[in-house]
Amino acid sequence: MAPDNRISGMTELVSTEDVLSRKEQKEGPLYAGRVNVYPKSVSGPVRRIKWTVLIVLLAGYYLAPWLRWDRGPGLPDQALLIDMTGRRAYFLWIEIWPQELYYMAGLLMIAAFGLFLATSIGGRVWCGYTCPQTVWTDLFMWIERLIEGDRNARMRLDKQKLSFAKTGRKLLKHSAWLLISLMTGGAWIMYFKDAPTVLQEFVTGQAGVGVYFFTGLFSAMTYLLGGLAREQVCTYMCPWPRFQAALMDEDSLVVTYQKWRGEPRGKHKKGDSWDDRGDCIDCKQCVAVCPTGIDIRDGIQLECIGCGLCVDACNTVMDRVDRPHGLISFDTERRQIALNAGAKADPPRVIRPRLFVYLALILVIGAGVLTGLATRSTLDITVLHDRNPLFVTLSDGSIRNGYTIKILNKSREARRFTLTLDTPSGAVLSAIGTEQAEPGAPVVFTIPSNAVAGHQVFVQLPSDLLESDAMDVAFVLTEDAGGESVRYVSSFRGPS
Amino acid sequence: MPTKIEKDAVTGTETTGHEWDGIKELNNPLPRWWLYVMYACILWSVAYWFVFPAIPGVSGYTKGLLGYDQRTALDAQLATAYERQGVFRDAIATTSLAEIRAADDLLPFAIAGGRAAFADNCAPCHGLGGAGQGGGYPSLADDVWIWGGTLDDIHTTLEVGIRSDHLDTRWSEMPAFGELEILSPDEIEDVAEHVLSLSGGSTDAAAAMRGAETYEIQCLACHAERGAGMADLGAPNLSDQIWLYGGDRQSVVAQIARPRHGVMPAWSGRLDESTVKMLAVYVHTLGGGL
Repeated sequence: MAPDNRISGMTELVSTEDVLSRKEQKEGPLYAGRVNVYPKSVSGPVRRIKWTVLIVLLAGYYLAPWLRWDRGPGLPDQALLIDMTGRRAYFLWIEIWPQELYYMAGLLMIAAFGLFLATSIGGRVWCGYTCPQTVWTDLFMWIERLIEGDRNARMRLDKQKLSFAKTGRKLLKHSAWLLISLMTGGAWIMYFKDAPTVLQEFVTGQAGVGVYFFTGLFSAMTYLLGGLAREQVCTYMCPWPRFQAALMDEDSLVVTYQKWRGEPRGKHKKGDSWDDRGDCIDCKQCVAVCPTGIDIRDGIQLECIGCGLCVDACNTVMDRVDRPHGLISFDTERRQIALNAGAKADPPRVIRPRLFVYLALILVIGAGVLTGLATRSTLDITVLHDRNPLFVTLSDGSIRNGYTIKILNKSREARRFTLTLDTPSGAVLSAIGTEQAEPGAPVVFTIPSNAVAGHQVFVQLPSDLLESDAMDVAFVLTEDAGGESVRYVSSFRGPS
Repeated sequence: MPTKIEKDAVTGTETTGHEWDGIKELNNPLPRWWLYVMYACILWSVAYWFVFPAIPGVSGYTKGLLGYDQRTALDAQLATAYERQGVFRDAIATTSLAEIRAADDLLPFAIAGGRAAFADNCAPCHGLGGAGQGGGYPSLADDVWIWGGTLDDIHTTLEVGIRSDHLDTRWSEMPAFGELEILSPDEIEDVAEHVLSLSGGSTDAAAAMRGAETYEIQCLACHAERGAGMADLGAPNLSDQIWLYGGDRQSVVAQIARPRHGVMPAWSGRLDESTVKMLAVYVHTLGGGL
């Protein structure tokens, strides 16, 4: 059977000689108990990169809400804030109104294509380095190692009978986990409420029910998923493993056991020759350090989150037995096929069409989002024709239509506008509750900053000037400062 | 039925025995914690049945241990909202109508509150936008008012109603000239023609002239010179283009012969003072306020 690291292709893995008759079939258990995983600590370049990414991401997550950005009086001064009650999203100097939520679609698209790009180049780098589940589980495992010791010590502790010391260690560990979970849940809230304010309210018991509830919820989820569930999330709960395989091809860099070099494997004593045997000494360190507890020598598999800690572990052992690094390494399937067949293998092909297609897509969407943001207007005008009644007949027989002029002022200053009528001629403009010298004179609106204002206006037309039951009426809105004017055409209805 | 159970060479696990387009599945056991989560969900749902309203009966339903009721929850929310509006409502109750109309801060609230109250209480007869309906429900958006269109007039009409149970209700009654045989059918036809001529809708000048005499005797007292009408008496203006019961000849004749009289409830006992004032302001801003 040709050795290969492909995930799909079941028919290759099952040979028909192994068909079992009813008598031969074993009655397996319906449910499998959880197999506890005790990852061992490891050191090396991969581990250092993983720690760096973890520190950067966690620092960003916990510290970002505390960044300040002055926007002037009356507006929040937090740099990153999604203000649910105020219905605004603030990202540094950018302010997003609810009707501009489509920018989020652009961001999500960029995120998705970015993930596809990363996966097609580096395999499951998201899963192994940047996924929140991985990051917090890694952090929690580090705390566990700190309190309960490394792998062997933890396994011994779990087998021990419950004692004062054991209970103490377990309590300390879970308390530490709960504390970090609380900070994590609280930090989440701080993206939606002003951080200093909500922290003070939280500790003095003045934060609202919503804040306490969601902090509790997110803290509980962090503790459950990062502390208790751990690899179960990756294996059984997360959909990513199941379709990340579709995002990789034979040129993606994945964690690979070099089978051509490692087999046949076996124990090696100092001084033994390396002829006619593989470099793998079956030390099982790769299994010991794996956070999901798998054996990478079985090939690429769903549970492998591509963190590459087994690379460091194996290299450490290879150093000790004086063999070269790289028995487990980030490598491509294409190279493995060649090497396993005994041929020479070209270096990994990172630059390929796929890379450019994804980059192009990201750039196009990014350009679209940036252009949209840059060309946003700070003014939005809508003329809404009253639906009920469509028109009113007045005592002298003339017809009157009502309109609501809705103006969105997204700028920091209040703005003044003058409204006049263009067509039809003979129509008279009047307004309720706004400045107007007399019916027929221009109507003046003042819109406060960062607000939406709607004003009711009436257009009256003598019945003899009515040409049909639906005529065009043109409003001209001129801004006092700057003199820019906008023409808006609506319809003037009459009896049919 | 499983057809062909095989054994996977790599993991030693058996397949389920089914094949879909060449794809076979390993028969791995379910994680036990899934089973526990499912048990927990079942327990949760059973507890939910006891805690919340759940099971309908022939009449009624189980109320649940918490006694949670959406109607009560809504009432509580409305009460909170009402309390928050207290500042504005108190201001409106103590401010005069003219002052509310001129105030920058109170007017928008009054219009919004009036609009909401209008939709609940007035729209069924007067229409959502106050356009009225045929059959005698006046339009509140035009500039024609049977009982006066100033803020105070509108407010009074709202308070006491028209032909309602209120002690001080507005009341007018037009004699049934046809039914009570005060006028003959011919006389009614002629006076109808005259009435139409007051608004420029007459086609028979001679009949209009004949009707003028009848008008002076029978109608002038309430409807005044040239059909100008009297808001104090609730006698409509007959010389404008707005007709409550129809402006064609037949409708005018019918209204003279057997007049129809509209009824409007008195709102002073049914709505609180601030709401009635807001309604008055709102109706006044519909476009026809005088």
